[in-house]
Amino acid sequence: MSDAPEPITSIITPVRLEYDFTAGAAATMFLRGLAQRKIIGARSRPGEPVMVPPRGADPRTAELTLEAVEVSDQGTVVSYSIVRVPSDNIPFELPYVCINVLLDGAGLAFFHVLQECPLDEVRLGMRVKAHWAPDDQLDTSVTSIEYFEPLDEPDVPFEEIREHT
Amino acid sequence: MREVGIVSFAQSSALRERRNEVEILLPVAKEAVEASGMKRQEIGFTCSGSSDFLQGQAFAFVMGLDAVGAWPPVVESHVEMDGAFALYEAWVKIQTGEVDSALVYSFGKTSPGDLAEVLALQLDPYCVTQLWPDADSVAALQARLFMARAGLEERDLAEVAVRSRRAASDNSHAIVKGESDVETLLAEPCRSSPLRAHDCPANGDGATAMVIATGDRARALCDRPVWIRGFEHRIDAPALGVRDLTRAPSAQAAARAAGVHDDKLDFAELDAPYTHQELILRESMELPEDLEVNPSGGSLCTRVLFSCGLTRVGEAASRIASGAGDRALAHTTQGHCLQQNLAVVLEGE
Repeated sequence: MSDAPEPITSIITPVRLEYDFTAGAAATMFLRGLAQRKIIGARSRPGEPVMVPPRGADPRTAELTLEAVEVSDQGTVVSYSIVRVPSDNIPFELPYVCINVLLDGAGLAFFHVLQECPLDEVRLGMRVKAHWAPDDQLDTSVTSIEYFEPLDEPDVPFEEIREHT
Repeated sequence: MREVGIVSFAQSSALRERRNEVEILLPVAKEAVEASGMKRQEIGFTCSGSSDFLQGQAFAFVMGLDAVGAWPPVVESHVEMDGAFALYEAWVKIQTGEVDSALVYSFGKTSPGDLAEVLALQLDPYCVTQLWPDADSVAALQARLFMARAGLEERDLAEVAVRSRRAASDNSHAIVKGESDVETLLAEPCRSSPLRAHDCPANGDGATAMVIATGDRARALCDRPVWIRGFEHRIDAPALGVRDLTRAPSAQAAARAAGVHDDKLDFAELDAPYTHQELILRESMELPEDLEVNPSGGSLCTRVLFSCGLTRVGEAASRIASGAGDRALAHTTQGHCLQQNLAVVLEGE
């Protein structure tokens, strides 16, 4: 049996699937806004929290969020994480900081990257603002915001953001 | 066994959609909850069926919860299966005595991806998926084998399509419907021999939702609750080469275990996305030849993947609730070539 072939211990079977992402009504408003340097959220009715980014519904009440509401491009850091693991689609130098930022006027924290801030100075309650891409790079994509950067304003007390942390 | 009744059912239009999954599902879930007469927060359990592979997005099913409201926190579960299997889980949960009611929903939006490629991932990854056979071609292999064994012709399959389309005429949610004739259908080219377009499912995007509750609760909520009298699912080997594709032993076992044959059926809603599969299911589930099958037009005329099984249950329940029958079988299949099968026996009060 010495001429028996070596057993096959593994095979590679490449799989690639392509999709046309369906943004839906609410996210379409949001993505079109980004191309104009606007952050557009959505709410179910006046008085209800503004969802940013909007996915179509208010998850607390299960109501459609079809009313567009523009919110500020400034906000408060309500949670963060320091990333030390590389990823193919992330252009930032390691380590960098991911933040959840509660934009002024929004009722839901927004996920992005913080730059121009030493790692040991990131903190809950710190004020930040969007750093927009140059005009020729604006697109219907969150990449229209290159990153968030610190804003020279006093921190927001923890009690005011506790619900979002 | 605790008595469990279907108290409400809703489904979307099944048209191709530019809305996202949450936007499609939300009105349907809301309609089912409102029709149940219960408040959202009163419902004890939430269970859903969908597949992230249709969206190409990991944990896409979690976003589905946005559409049903998850605050205050809900007791919730999900199956990467048709909503009919989520209904099974909810039914089991009620049997354990933990809850007395449940909202079950499912959604399927197949338009973002290439369905033929997505479904190829359900096949044996070592020797079959790599060939990327499309689902219609896999079904065509089964059809060819079944026709040879049963002595059937393409005409016999076309007759299933003609009957289904006619039945779907009254179904406002049906994608394909209306009068057709066998000669005209057979004049069309084959899509994947021996199957033509009319032998293959009309795919759409959509959602289905249902509320179930225990005995007296269900009686208080609706005039004629439809009771789940038997509920079973069984599975056959997934590899195409290791089983007789012309038979569905798991459908037979599920039907027998669910008590399908304990009494006379008035009609059946079978999840048979291909014409020949209805014939295999009729035979395997040992259904009487004269039994009315798919008065809604079935999954052949309207297939919303991961939702059309729950829709079969809902269509059957609605028909019984309206008084157009007292006892029915609803069936759901999953996988290629009728690999997994679920049978539920429904009875009116």
